[in-house]
Amino acid sequence: MRVEIRETAFDPWLEVSAFRRDHLAAGRIGASAVFVGTMRDFNEGDDVKSMVLEHYPGMTEQHLETMTQDAISKHQLSDALVIHRVGTILPADDIVLVAAFSAHRKEALIACREMMETLKSTAPFWKKESLASGERWVEKNTAG
Amino acid sequence: MLFKKVMSIQVRFFASLRERVGHTRLSIESAGIATARDVWHAVSASPLDEEMLVAINKAYASLDKAVSDGDEVAFFPPVTGG
Repeated sequence: MRVEIRETAFDPWLEVSAFRRDHLAAGRIGASAVFVGTMRDFNEGDDVKSMVLEHYPGMTEQHLETMTQDAISKHQLSDALVIHRVGTILPADDIVLVAAFSAHRKEALIACREMMETLKSTAPFWKKESLASGERWVEKNTAG
Repeated sequence: MLFKKVMSIQVRFFASLRERVGHTRLSIESAGIATARDVWHAVSASPLDEEMLVAINKAYASLDKAVSDGDEVAFFPPVTGG
């Protein structure tokens, strides 16, 4: 299991590839389910120039680690990887990577979806968008 | 010589709530403080926002959860990560 908060841009596809190579036993994994969340240049009808993602150091990591460990136990995953950006983020930057690895597709797909929904609704992160007209806090995440 | 130990609670604010309160961190005396709700009333005259979230020692808690000397109590708005 690996959970990371990153302050700089990352390539989720390279991360998944490296994690599989370095942490998963070749031949034991039949399914890799991956979700990548990417910053849009629009939100609620406005152009967004950039945003700042804030977190609660210590609590956020602990929360994500518990969430990931719970998903591994509940769905009998072989392993899981979670990476989330903080700091200043630009449109087209990847924000979050959630990957679940298991012997069969069902567990990996369900676990990936569940972890992502848990992260969105409970992990302590907050977004502040920068628009042409000024800054605003994102008040709520979209339903899906 | 005896020193009287000052009992305190560390209070933290995040995101829009930090801007509203005007503080990132505060330290308050724990005398007379029983719950997270008491902590809020000790630091702010504003009413409690129903959507506001609370963590005690970096774990989610209810406003009525007991707090003790040395605890860290954080207040923040609904989360918007991912």
